[in-house]
Amino acid sequence: MCIKRTPDSESRFKIGAGRSAIDETGLKFDMDDFASYAVEVALQMNEKQGPGETVAVAVGPDSVQETLRKAMSMGADRAVQLKTETTPFDGLAVAKAIAAELNGGGYDLILFGKYAFDTSASIVGTAVAELLGVACVTAASTLEIANGRGTARRELEGAGEVVQFSLPAVVTIDEGIARPRYPSLKGIMAAKKKPLETKPAQLGPVRVTVTSMELPPDRPPGRIVGQGAAAVPELVRLLQTEAKVL
Amino acid sequence: MPNILVFAESRGTELRKVALETVTAARTVVDAWGGGEVHALVAGAPGVGAKAATLGQHGADVVITCEHPAYARYARESIAATIAARATSAGYRAVLLPFSAQGRDLGPRLAAKLDAPIVSDAIEVSGSGDSLVVKHPGYANKVIVTLTVAGAPAVISIRPSAYSPKDAPRSAKTESMQPAADPAAERVVVKEIIEGAKGKLDLGEASVIVSGGRGLRGPENFKLVEDLAAAFGNAAVGATRAVTDEGWRPHSDQIGQTGRQVSPQLYVAVGISGAIQHLAGMRTSKTIVAINKDPDAPIFKIADYGIVGDVFEVVPALTTAVREARKAH
Ligand SMILES: Cc1cc2nc3c(=O)[nH]c(=O)nc-3n(C[C@H](O)[C@H](O)[C@H](O)COP(=O)(O)OP(=O)(O)OC[C@H]3O[C@@H](n4cnc5c(N)ncnc54)[C@H](O)[C@@H]3O)c2cc1C
Ligand SMILES: Nc1ncnc2c1ncn2[C@@H]1O[C@H](COP(=O)(O)O)[C@@H](O)[C@H]1O
Repeated sequence: MCIKRTPDSESRFKIGAGRSAIDETGLKFDMDDFASYAVEVALQMNEKQGPGETVAVAVGPDSVQETLRKAMSMGADRAVQLKTETTPFDGLAVAKAIAAELNGGGYDLILFGKYAFDTSASIVGTAVAELLGVACVTAASTLEIANGRGTARRELEGAGEVVQFSLPAVVTIDEGIARPRYPSLKGIMAAKKKPLETKPAQLGPVRVTVTSMELPPDRPPGRIVGQGAAAVPELVRLLQTEAKVL
Repeated sequence: MPNILVFAESRGTELRKVALETVTAARTVVDAWGGGEVHALVAGAPGVGAKAATLGQHGADVVITCEHPAYARYARESIAATIAARATSAGYRAVLLPFSAQGRDLGPRLAAKLDAPIVSDAIEVSGSGDSLVVKHPGYANKVIVTLTVAGAPAVISIRPSAYSPKDAPRSAKTESMQPAADPAAERVVVKEIIEGAKGKLDLGEASVIVSGGRGLRGPENFKLVEDLAAAFGNAAVGATRAVTDEGWRPHSDQIGQTGRQVSPQLYVAVGISGAIQHLAGMRTSKTIVAINKDPDAPIFKIADYGIVGDVFEVVPALTTAVREARKAH
């Protein structure tokens, strides 16, 4: 499972002095939400169908070690940090680092989040699959493995798709499939002794770079039209004459 | 002259609206360059080629069709190989696709095959020469990130609804091609398509969305929301995570940070508190209406029009009023 460390999504963001990054002061960072679903799916699968080994991989500076420890406190057996100075916004560059690490094989499933909160891109998992030449199912909302084959469901716009695929495979995980567990005290203690290996990341060339960041324009402040059903005629009038959506 | 290749998405033998939007996006970019051609590739079941002519209406100079019976269902590896083959043989400055379920799946495959830089979910594409400039809402729509993309072709997916289809008619040249990889060799095979309810409008394509939250108290009361949606005509029904967690509605109806992100003309929030994760999925809607009994609910901070009241009283009255207003037209 490939996990990313991202800022807490409930934060109020400010743009940093250089206008090309968010201001990180005071922000809490944690395992990305979708990545935590991927970890939970991997652990449940191993509990049901193991014993196998579950490995957490993160590309980034030393701060990602905390996130990798969290994955191990949830139950992952070991962790690998692919070390970079900073984590680029370029999804293909990150995918190349992960693919280089996994090139030797030794896995049945590589799980990713459907997208990461910060990049909101849905790139890394699928690109890794393509670089490794293995099957890839994106945005799985269910996942089962039996007899060396996988079955998953994906939500398309207005329809669902049930797919079958060969292993090894990359699957990117959608929400709703499993709620991530909280690390137990015992898990946290055990994680301290689990192996965390650090290697230099073989990032590909970084060709996508952030030139600036800005906050989106605020919506005009809200307005209360009135109370109860008595306010309905006025609302309908505003929708017709002011908003012109009716 | 730099040209752009567009993947014009279809389902079965029908083009999707995002196909027209992506062609319009490409036309806009190429025109800003002062010239260049838009080539649109359609990969679908036999018969889709006949529909592809409409792409010329929106500014495609060349329409390339790749028909195959196996393309009636989404053959991801074969279609990715086909787009990559065309991109390689003809040479493009950029390849554009929609940031849809299909486009999200294809984009990174293409980028890896072509060793091309990729950016997702663009709301604006500009720049020329060596670097293109792309605006992309990151951090769950809370930060607009401007990215520079160096190298050609750049693979860029376009956010649905960011460009509305525009007329730019020309008589497009048509070409056809064969799949560049045998769809029978897919490692991922579609076993079943579970169609949504007949005539149900997709959240991404609806101009009006009526969404329900926990304030509705139970799945049976979603009838109120559905009736209001029906009164508007062209409306879809959404939900909060509280609702999909309870199983009152399927997860595919969820709007928000970890659900669908939508920007309809009108968004009506019924019994929804307005948690930050919900706002992340709908705050770019053009007009927002909220109905909630709690005057301090955060949803009122961003609602253009709020009614403080009980949904069980207000929503039926609104449904009747909307129906009458539309009849009077
Ligand atoms: C990582 C993460 C991701 C998340 N992603 C999403 C997401 O994608 N989408 C999402 O929606 N949420 C998401 N959430 C959950 C979010 O934080 C809220 O819990 C959720 O949006 C609340 O849903 P709600 O408004 O339906 O329920 P509540 O917050 O319980 O609000 C119900 C509202 O109904 C009103 N009400 C009650 N009865 C009536 C009545 N009779 N008449 C009128 N009003 C009434 C109440 O005043 C209240 O404001 C996420 C949370 C986390 C931690
Ligand atoms: N720096 C990283 N290290 C490890 N995994 C990552 C990293 N960046 C992205 N991923 C994985 O790729 C998924 C999709 O990220 P993205 O393509 O950036 O939206 C995430 O949910 C993670 O599973």
